[in-house]
Amino acid sequence: MELIDQHTKEIMEGCKERARAAGLRFHDETLEYIVTNRDLLDLSPKMMIPTLYDYWVHDVEVLREKGRYELYPSNPYETVINTSPAISYYNDNNPDWLNVMIFYHVLAHIDFFQNNLFFRHTWDYDFCGEALADKRLMARLRSEKGRWVDYIIEFARSIDNLVGYYGELAQLNSSPLALESKRLNFYFDVFLQQHKKAKISDYMKQIKKYNETVKEFGDQAEEIFFTEVEKEHPEFEALFKKSQEKRIEHRVDLLQFLLNNSHFLKKEENKWMKTIIQVIRKTSLFFQPQIRTKIMNEGWASYWHETLFLQDDRIQGHEVDFARVNAGVTAMPRVGLNPYALGMRLFYYIEELADKGKIDYSFERILDAEERNKYDKHTGKGRAFIFKVREDFCDFMFINRFFDQDFMTRHKLFVAGRRLDQTRMVWQYYVKSRKLEDYRQMLLDSLYHPPHITVDLEKAGGDGILYLVHHFEGKPLVKQFIKNTMIGVEYLWGKKVQLETSEIVPSAKKAQNTLTSLFPQPREEVEEEEEIKWERVLYTMENRKLTRKVIKE
Amino acid sequence: MDPKERKMVEKLKAEGLSGDRERKILLELHFKGTHAFHEASVDTEEGGFCPQPGSVYAFNDLSSLQMLAPPLGPYTTCIRSIDELLERDKQREKDGFPRKIRVGRLVKPGKGGKDKIVVVPTTVEEKFIHDAIRKPGEGDGSSGGSGEGEEGEVIGEQPVRPEEGGSGEGPGQGEGGRHEMESNAYDLGRILSEKFELPNLKDKGKKRSLSRYTYDLTDKHRGFGQILDKKATLKKIVETNINLGNIPDLDDIDTTGFIISPYDKVYRILSREKDYESQAMVFFLRDYSGSMIGNATQLVVTQHVLIYSWLLYQYEKQVESRFILHDTEAKEVQDFYTYYNSQVAGGTKVASAFRLVNEIVDKENLARDYNIYVFHGTDGDDWDTGGKEAVPEIKKMLAYANRVGISIVQHAIGTETEVEKYLKKSGLPAEKPELIRLDTMGQDADEPRLIEGIKRLIS
Repeated sequence: MELIDQHTKEIMEGCKERARAAGLRFHDETLEYIVTNRDLLDLSPKMMIPTLYDYWVHDVEVLREKGRYELYPSNPYETVINTSPAISYYNDNNPDWLNVMIFYHVLAHIDFFQNNLFFRHTWDYDFCGEALADKRLMARLRSEKGRWVDYIIEFARSIDNLVGYYGELAQLNSSPLALESKRLNFYFDVFLQQHKKAKISDYMKQIKKYNETVKEFGDQAEEIFFTEVEKEHPEFEALFKKSQEKRIEHRVDLLQFLLNNSHFLKKEENKWMKTIIQVIRKTSLFFQPQIRTKIMNEGWASYWHETLFLQDDRIQGHEVDFARVNAGVTAMPRVGLNPYALGMRLFYYIEELADKGKIDYSFERILDAEERNKYDKHTGKGRAFIFKVREDFCDFMFINRFFDQDFMTRHKLFVAGRRLDQTRMVWQYYVKSRKLEDYRQMLLDSLYHPPHITVDLEKAGGDGILYLVHHFEGKPLVKQFIKNTMIGVEYLWGKKVQLETSEIVPSAKKAQNTLTSLFPQPREEVEEEEEIKWERVLYTMENRKLTRKVIKE
Repeated sequence: MDPKERKMVEKLKAEGLSGDRERKILLELHFKGTHAFHEASVDTEEGGFCPQPGSVYAFNDLSSLQMLAPPLGPYTTCIRSIDELLERDKQREKDGFPRKIRVGRLVKPGKGGKDKIVVVPTTVEEKFIHDAIRKPGEGDGSSGGSGEGEEGEVIGEQPVRPEEGGSGEGPGQGEGGRHEMESNAYDLGRILSEKFELPNLKDKGKKRSLSRYTYDLTDKHRGFGQILDKKATLKKIVETNINLGNIPDLDDIDTTGFIISPYDKVYRILSREKDYESQAMVFFLRDYSGSMIGNATQLVVTQHVLIYSWLLYQYEKQVESRFILHDTEAKEVQDFYTYYNSQVAGGTKVASAFRLVNEIVDKENLARDYNIYVFHGTDGDDWDTGGKEAVPEIKKMLAYANRVGISIVQHAIGTETEVEKYLKKSGLPAEKPELIRLDTMGQDADEPRLIEGIKRLIS
């Protein structure tokens, strides 16, 4: 890998000036490298982070299963990575005008990385540097512990998609209010209401009593107030303590829970494993925001490369070349989802809405279509508004909030379906639905969403079992992965591990009913009969043996 | 539904069918899915259709903006490390963890419809992830679209069984794919080569081999050449010097007085040798009917990839392969690439494939010149109850074949499939274990199991 030449770097610096003038904000330093096929081969398994730790699976998986994006939270062929300074990669024979376009695209990505709040936890350090330190650490451990290092990496990675990313973000953005007394909150919010089932009048009395104590004693009020409480409810303190413990355990993700509580990892000879697990956890957290902002990030970058390129005075004469490449990237496909096209159009659309003052309750209340069309307050605040959107939103919020019927109508969007025509043996692509709800649902369903799995201390009982609960969200887990994943968790936990999840009840009967005749009824009628039935299932992993049983709720 | 198939079912019905069998047959007929494996799902960037929603993540800057194709590496590097990887895998087993390396997995990267197939060692990182469920009536996944069209309107179609040279596979691109396949399969074969050997290889038909030559340094040449044959040279020198009278006393030879004539030097040079190895023809038969859902197709194809790769390596120029796909009818395809790629069709008649093999062998008079091997992969379903058609065909085949290997992937473990039933009833596997072998595996078979299966088929 080598840096781009001075001539190209100068073009980049020119792009930075113009991008800044347009309102984008990013650090001064960036690094641009020329990559060859050979480089990409090394980089892509490492998510384009050149300093990521070595792991043998990276050598094997030269080509990974494309559809399984759930397994990897980052795109293996990203052009720009979120380090500081940001690093971006280029083909060595791009013409200048194309580089201008790509540079704008890259700068918008960097702006997004450094301003979108979902990346907050990546702002305080340089991932590239940390990764290098981790890589050396792993290498040292490997020289001491041999292949066991790779086992630990493997087991930790097998649950690294369950990291508590949002919890981590919440801590960074927690409001000062959280500093107020936990004891007081527990007393009024939980103890009185849930444990004592206090009547409203009694509850009010308690509040009044507390306020009076504050008036009288000031800073010492809380202490004095709770001495009183202790007298009346001797069980309060114990309950409070218990609730605090529980709260902490509930909030940490599985990896952190193992780090905190696994007796196996606490053993002196196994302590080195913890460092590895921490590295895996940190790395996973770093990649989390990428996949949750794909549509926005690409849309934002496309919006800016288009806007800024057309204004750039240095590229005159290449408008047609640009138009061709740009259309290739950002055209709406007849069938398929293109994040560049969709995100960019949504940003343009939102800008227009804000410009006309349509993001407003008074506009929402208008029902007359004609009036809605004509509505224009000339606020001129469109740009400022999309800057705000790029700061505060992630893909889910972006689509959930702004994707509406007007947008769908404008771009003639529909849900495309595919079905088999048996007589002619062809796949037919057809317009399945033009309903807003259907399109939005299809889009939201396609977004990355790891399963929500938590540790349940109560169900575990006291015998050192690790009891995991997969909270049902309408989807089962991939069955053939369960066993090996649980082997890993059992190893790290050191004892029996159980997993509660939901699975589809196979319905052989149904199939029989619908297929009794050679000439099936029209499909619609058949469909109504079929309904998915779910059951709760408990997997137990003990001594690397997996058993499964259905549990009744 | 294919009218021909409908007729067939009606005839079957008239002959009387048990409820269970009828249900199976109908299920197969009305099957509306694909057999595509995860890896092989059609997933092209240019207006392609991703059957699994989630294609927004398939886009990336390097390929979209800079038109950089995903790196296609020299797979030889992987192959070089494969021994090491397999060693690691063995170690895993010793340490009490399941094996992780999958050999012969087929991956199909592609851009703009130029799909390629390569064989590389690979593995999956297993995690708790959501599975896609197909809600009833949702057909085969959905994606976004834009443009004109009423609800329900068909906006495009794509043939299910692409004809050779048909859509998405122009002549140029197709060739590339094939070549890639062959060269990588060859490497894979190296790994397997120690494990197997073709059974019952007989000395047959050297007719064709006569035109083939191997080159070796076997010819001797005096004066100049490629490698000095020291022993022969020394002999010559001694001979010359005896003639010259330079060795008066045989017990006390003084080599310093030797005279060496340029003509004494004996060299080895390349020579063209006629190749007299016996030759073999291998038929690959695959059931691609509607019932081959789930892992069945993948397992069969993977196993055949393994056999094919190994053959390519071990018997490089001497083994010829033919490929046959069948549902209710059988057709021959021209190469492994197409063989592997074709998916989904209608009902099942195993006999059709065997019949085609018999026809080919008969027509081309192969039995005289070739050792013939037949490998057939199926899920064991067959409309041909009791094997009324299949068994006679197999019998005919056994008259000339060196080995027939049938692998069956059971949908439900423990229940005997139709094919198994009629084969056992015919008594052929028990009678002629040298000629016909049966290997039955579950849907969850893994690579080591597949390799085990191959051993069983060819040992």
